[in-house]
Amino acid sequence: MAAVVVSSMMGKMYGLCFHAVRRTAGLKAPWLLHRRAFRISAVHRQQPFDSSLEKPQFPGASADFVDHLEFIQPNVISGIPVYRVMDRQGNIINPSQDPQLSKETVLNFYQKMTLLNTMDRILYESQRQGRISFYMTNYGEEGTHIGSAAALEPTDMVFGQYREAGVLMYRGFPLDLFMAQCYANADDLGKGRQMPVHYGSKDLNFVTISSPLATQIPQAAGAAYALKRENLNRAVICYFGEGAASEGDAHAGFNFSATLECPLIFFCRNNGYAISTPTNEQYRGDGIAARGPGYGMLSIRVDGNDVFAVYNATKEARRRAVAENQPFLIEAMTYRIGHHSTSDDSSAYRSVDEVNYWDKQDHPISRLRHYMTARGWWSEDDERSWRKQSRKTVMEAFERAERRLKPNPELLFTDVYQEMTPGLSRQRDSMWRHVQQYKEHYPVDLYEKQ
Amino acid sequence: MAAAVRFFIRGANSRLSVGTGTSGSLGAALLKLSPSCSSRSKTQRRHAAHFTYQPDPVPTQYGETQKMNLFQSVTSALDNTLSSDPTAVIFGEDVAFGGVFRCTVGLRDKYGKDRVFNTPLCEQGIVGFGIGAAVAGATAIAEIQFADYIYPAFDQIVNEAAKYRYRSGNLFDCGNLTIRAPWGCVGHGSLYHSQSPEAFFAHCPGIKVSPHKVKDNIKCSFTDGDPPHHSRAVMQVPSQIINNPLQKSQDLTKYKINTIIITMKARLKRWICDLLSVFFQSVVKTGRLLVSHEAPVTGGFAAEISSTVQEECFLNLEAPISRVCGYDTPFPHIFEPFYIPDKWKCFEAIKRMINY
Repeated sequence: MAAVVVSSMMGKMYGLCFHAVRRTAGLKAPWLLHRRAFRISAVHRQQPFDSSLEKPQFPGASADFVDHLEFIQPNVISGIPVYRVMDRQGNIINPSQDPQLSKETVLNFYQKMTLLNTMDRILYESQRQGRISFYMTNYGEEGTHIGSAAALEPTDMVFGQYREAGVLMYRGFPLDLFMAQCYANADDLGKGRQMPVHYGSKDLNFVTISSPLATQIPQAAGAAYALKRENLNRAVICYFGEGAASEGDAHAGFNFSATLECPLIFFCRNNGYAISTPTNEQYRGDGIAARGPGYGMLSIRVDGNDVFAVYNATKEARRRAVAENQPFLIEAMTYRIGHHSTSDDSSAYRSVDEVNYWDKQDHPISRLRHYMTARGWWSEDDERSWRKQSRKTVMEAFERAERRLKPNPELLFTDVYQEMTPGLSRQRDSMWRHVQQYKEHYPVDLYEKQ
Repeated sequence: MAAAVRFFIRGANSRLSVGTGTSGSLGAALLKLSPSCSSRSKTQRRHAAHFTYQPDPVPTQYGETQKMNLFQSVTSALDNTLSSDPTAVIFGEDVAFGGVFRCTVGLRDKYGKDRVFNTPLCEQGIVGFGIGAAVAGATAIAEIQFADYIYPAFDQIVNEAAKYRYRSGNLFDCGNLTIRAPWGCVGHGSLYHSQSPEAFFAHCPGIKVSPHKVKDNIKCSFTDGDPPHHSRAVMQVPSQIINNPLQKSQDLTKYKINTIIITMKARLKRWICDLLSVFFQSVVKTGRLLVSHEAPVTGGFAAEISSTVQEECFLNLEAPISRVCGYDTPFPHIFEPFYIPDKWKCFEAIKRMINY
């Protein structure tokens, strides 16, 4: 009973919220075409003081009095529904939701997802053989990357966590540069300073990954604010896992982006685990999506194994975020099929059956393949030859990367500051003197010479 | 927090005799709300300055000057930056109405709500937001209300801001980020309105920590290409922008620490030229060094200076390097006069050092 009452109240709340948003959007629509609106919310949303009305006058919330005691119950049994466009066999469920993407686009989606998968397999194995120091696969989450990346403009800025290589893949980041980063060789744009999978690309507007979780979330809000002021029709997307959403920085980022009205899409990959921690030890509410409305943010939950559902949600969020200068939250439900990283054995905390279910029966790649096969866009032969070709391309890049020298050790000292400080250049000189004297104890031959 | 704010505005008003109209009226309004306002002179006088500022000679090389106290010169630096750089934004807790220390008075009216604005009360968010804005190409000037409250943002400063350029191979940087934070003891600030956290940050490669030389330092840090963080004297300030390379004042050999030095400037004229700046040449010449800061002694920045001078000037030193610093305790309320490394503690240390 209580649950019913609450859900109807929640429904009312959502309804009101949507209504308010729709109204503001409608009012502004004519001049949005020319220029983005700067809504000044502090004045705009706080209810006006009027002592003559017999209703609450508290500045902190706009609400009616109620004369009976009732705590608001969280609705976790029947949570926010999961938006889906195609079923597990790749059939479109509701034709009105079909994004009607062209054959080329869909093939591109599929090829990028499978190429990422192939690269994952090869680099994972190479770590097992000790050829690179560390790796993190994207198994099971390929759909979230490709679907969301495809719905963005190439100029939109991406802030990620570390399991979003597919976004870079979609934007055309060369295999050689993926490998260069993992091998930390002389071609690495990051100059070999960070652990593997910490990619970044200025040209592709993909901000360099860092290990501390959730730090990118308030940063994305700041970047979105700056882009809003530039007024160049750009948005920001910020990816993070459901575990990272527990960090204080996530709270900061959600709240800042809402109060400062930033054109930003928060994209949460809820894959059920943060290393070994299952979600019931991560939160007790209705996942991450349910937090959005608490921050005054439009939110949706999608099937992360359905590339079209991800695409549709991101596309619409992107359109509205830019038009209305407000943040959106997308929670993509998915499953982390691989181990957390190469330093983790996930069979220590979850069953193989569970993993197999997601790998064999509900995988974003196989679902899209069903869709393509049903339309006659993809055959067994295509699959075989594409598998072979992608494996060959990846292997070639892999071998090139492995043969390459490491960057000059000089690069250990640059970029700490824009210019090298006198203290740092003294330390650099002292390192070179030392290495010169003791060169037989240092791997100098593996590194590029000065 | 509200109590603290009232407290400090009162303090600022009485000590610095605020000139601007808005801040004056706000101060007066707050005074009216404060029941103890009539008895303030006693407390104030008892803890009245443990230092005396001496105005620098009027600089002539930068053109027209104007008499300003420190917060006014901060406002002036911010004003210059906002007018010359259209991407520059100022944000933090309560900066929109002028800030609890009046450093941003009038800027919102002059430059607009989208450039001078309040953020939610969340330090990690403020710094993270500032980093993001700088990464996207804006000049971001973040304010942390008190240096004591910068620790929630420690992760964003140390792991993110400081390492942005390095870790991305210079693909991305947040060099246009400046974090300003009121800093140091005030006479009655107790544990969380008095701290001098510079040594925590001095251990972190990638950021610049710049106390003093307010206007020129702030100005150059806004445009410096690397993110720093700042500190409080009536002085003649040029009204136009001056660009002073931060590198020089950053160099350890010219590191000035804290108000203590200025106190001593008034009282100990004989040694002042040797003590004002800790540079090797002067140690080579005098053979003695005393380093003093308000922050606690263990792990304080004086340790870094003294070990470096010991390394570089070993043959010239005629006495052990002496450190006169805060004690290794939290910063206390009623015991502040006993806590701070005041002129008498410094004087005594100098006597011992001279007679060594």
